[in-house]
Amino acid sequence: MSASGEAAGGAVAVRPRARAAHPESRAARIGRLVARGPLNILLIVIAVLWLVPTLGLLFTSLLPASEITTSGWWKVVGQPSIATFENYSALFDNRDIMDALWTTVQIAVGNTVLLVIVASLAGYAFAWLDFPGRDWLFVVVIGLLVVPLQVALIPIFSLYNDTGLFDTVLGLVLFHVAFGLPFGIFLMRNFFAGIPRDILESARIDGASEARIFVRLILPLGLPAIASLAIFQFLWTWNDLIVALTFGRDTQPLTVAIFSQTRQFGSNIDLIAPASFLSLAIPLVVFLAFQRYFVQGMLAGSVK
Amino acid sequence: MAEVRFDRVSKVYPDGTRAVSSMELEIGDEEFMVLVGPSGCGKTTALRMVAGLEEISEGELRIGERVVNDVPSRDRDIAMVFQSYALYPHLSVYENIAFGLRLKKVPKDEIDRRVRDAASVLDLTEWLKRKPRNLSGGQRQRVAMGRAIVRHPQAFLMDEPLSNLDAKLRVQMRAEIARLQSDLGVTTIYVTHDQIEAMTMGDRVAVMRKGRLQQVATPQELYDRPVNLFVGGFIGSPAMNLVQARLEASDGDGSYAVTVGDQRLSLPQELIAARPALRDWSGRELVLGIRPESLQDAALAADAPADRRLRAHVTLREALGSEVDVHATIAARSAETEHVRELIEDRGGLETLEEGGETTIVGRLAPRTTAAEGETVELAVDTAALHFFDPDSGLGIYAAQTEGAVS
Repeated sequence: MSASGEAAGGAVAVRPRARAAHPESRAARIGRLVARGPLNILLIVIAVLWLVPTLGLLFTSLLPASEITTSGWWKVVGQPSIATFENYSALFDNRDIMDALWTTVQIAVGNTVLLVIVASLAGYAFAWLDFPGRDWLFVVVIGLLVVPLQVALIPIFSLYNDTGLFDTVLGLVLFHVAFGLPFGIFLMRNFFAGIPRDILESARIDGASEARIFVRLILPLGLPAIASLAIFQFLWTWNDLIVALTFGRDTQPLTVAIFSQTRQFGSNIDLIAPASFLSLAIPLVVFLAFQRYFVQGMLAGSVK
Repeated sequence: MAEVRFDRVSKVYPDGTRAVSSMELEIGDEEFMVLVGPSGCGKTTALRMVAGLEEISEGELRIGERVVNDVPSRDRDIAMVFQSYALYPHLSVYENIAFGLRLKKVPKDEIDRRVRDAASVLDLTEWLKRKPRNLSGGQRQRVAMGRAIVRHPQAFLMDEPLSNLDAKLRVQMRAEIARLQSDLGVTTIYVTHDQIEAMTMGDRVAVMRKGRLQQVATPQELYDRPVNLFVGGFIGSPAMNLVQARLEASDGDGSYAVTVGDQRLSLPQELIAARPALRDWSGRELVLGIRPESLQDAALAADAPADRRLRAHVTLREALGSEVDVHATIAARSAETEHVRELIEDRGGLETLEEGGETTIVGRLAPRTTAAEGETVELAVDTAALHFFDPDSGLGIYAAQTEGAVS
C-alpha cells in the first residue's frame, strides 16, 4: 500500500524536470545536478524508508508458516533458502480471501468507471457549456473538496439502512463515487478548459453536436486527465478500509478480510502477509502500466 | 453557394459594449468580401455572428434565403478557417479533412474521393497520414483550408487565416486562397487587419471602425475615393500623409490653390470638377491627404511646374530597391483629428503628432533620387491625386452632398 504512494511521489517530482530539459551547457547541467542534490538524497531516503517494510512483508510472506515466528527474513535470502510459495497457494485456495479480492475488484473498478464517466461529463459542462449559476455551482464543488468523508459516515449509514444499500457492492461504489466527484470534476474541468476554444468551435461548425464533440474530441484529448483521475480513484478505493468496514457486513473487500484475520493473540501471519502483498501488488501494477498518462495528466493540468 | 446579408445587425455585450453597430452589408453570391479594420473594430465579431459562434443581439442575418439568427452553427452549412487553424490534434490530416463529412454521414467512398481531391489541390497528398503537430505552419494552414473546401459549404468564413505564417508564405498563400475561391466560386467572408491582404484578395472590401462600417467598395475605389479620413489613412502603404491646409480661391479666374504652411500648391481644374464641394471650402482650413506615391523628386521631373512643388527637409531615407521611401519634415501643422489619432494608435503608436508646426511626410520616390538625409528636397506633387477631408467630421470632400458616409 505504501510503495505505490512512494512511486507516485517520485515520478511526479522527477519527471517534469527530465521532460523539460533542453539542450544546455555542461556547466549548467552540473549546476543543476548540484542544486538538485539535496532533493535527490531526500527522495532516496524516503524511498528506502517505504521500501523496507514492503520488502519485509514480501519476505515474511515467503516463509513457511512454522518459521514465521521463530526465524527472520534472512532465511529467505540466505543459503539454504527456506523460501516457499506454500502461503500463496494456500491463499489462492482460500474461498473467503478470493471472494474478498473479487469484491475489491468490483468496487474499485466499478466506482472508478462510474466516477470517470460522471466527472468528465460534469467537467465538460463546467468548462464549456453556458448555464445559469455555473460559476456558483463550481464554487460549491470546490468547497466540497474539503469535506472529510468521516462526517458523512453516520448520516449515510442510516440512509443506506432505509434504502437497502447497506452491505451491497453498489452502496460502496456509490459512496466512493460521491466522495471522488468533487476532485474528479475539479480535475476534469480544469483540463478540459485548457483545450483551445477554436477546436470546439471548429467542430461545431463542422456539424458536430455537443454529444459528438464530447465523444470525438473531449474524451480523446482529455485522455491524460482521465487516466490520472482513474488511477487516483482506483488506488484510493482499492485501499479503502473505513468505508467498507462501515457499510459492509458480508460484503467484504480484501482490506476488510485481511483486517478480520488479525487476532488479539497470534494473528494468522501466514495468511495476512501474502494477502497484504497481493493487495499491494495489484494497484502497483496498475499504476506502473498507466504511469505515462498519469505524469502527462499531472503536467497537463498545471503546466500549459 | 449563397448570398449573406446583414440587415441592421448589432452585437451588444452584457456589459453594454457595442462590438458591432447596425451593420448593413450584402455579400453577393460567389463574392470575395474582405472585412478589414484595426483590432477591436468588430470585424471578427461580425464574422463569428455569421458562423453562429456569437449571438446576434439585434437585426437579421440571412444566408441565402434563410434567416439564421437562431440556427445553430452546425446547421448553417458554412465552413470556417481559424487564425489558429484549430486542427484536431489527435486526428491525422486525412481524418481532420474528413471530419465534417463523416458527421454528415457522407458515404465512405465519396469521403475518400473528396478528401483526396482536396489534398491534391492543396498539395497535401503525401502528408495525409501525419498528425498536425508534425506539419509546418504552411501545411497546417492548408489542412485547415482543406477541411473547409471538402464540405462544399454555402460560404467560407476566414478569420485572419494567414497571420501566423511568415511573410513569404503569406504572399504565396494569399494568391493560393484567392485562386481557390474563384475556382470554387464559394461566397467568402475574409477578416484581416492587413490592408494589403484586403486590397489584393477582395472583390470588395468593407472597412470597419469601432463597430461601424465605414465604406464598402472595390479596392481601387477605396484607394481613389476614401469616404473619410480613417479609410484614407488606413488603406495604402505607406499611409497617406495628412496635413492641415487652407484652401484659397484665386481672384477672378476661378482657380484654386491650397496652402500648406507657407507653401502653396495650385490645384488643377479637373480636380475641382471632380470635387465640386471644394468650392464651399475656400478660405477655410481642411485636411489635405497626399499619398506617398503622389510625391516625386522634382529634380527627376524637370517639367513639374513650380507651383506644384513642396520643399521638405529629409530626415530618413529608406532604399527599397525598386523605390526609395523618403521621410521629410515640412513646415505645416499635422492634422489632429480623432481619426488620425486612431490610425496612429493602430500602427503601434510609435509616431507622434509633431508639435510646433512641423509635420513628417513620406514620399515614395524613384530610386534615382539624390535626396539625402539632412538635406532639403523639392518634391513634385501630383496635385490631381490629392485628397481633401473635413477636419471636424473627417468626411472626404467630394460632391456637394457626400454620399455613402457613415459616422
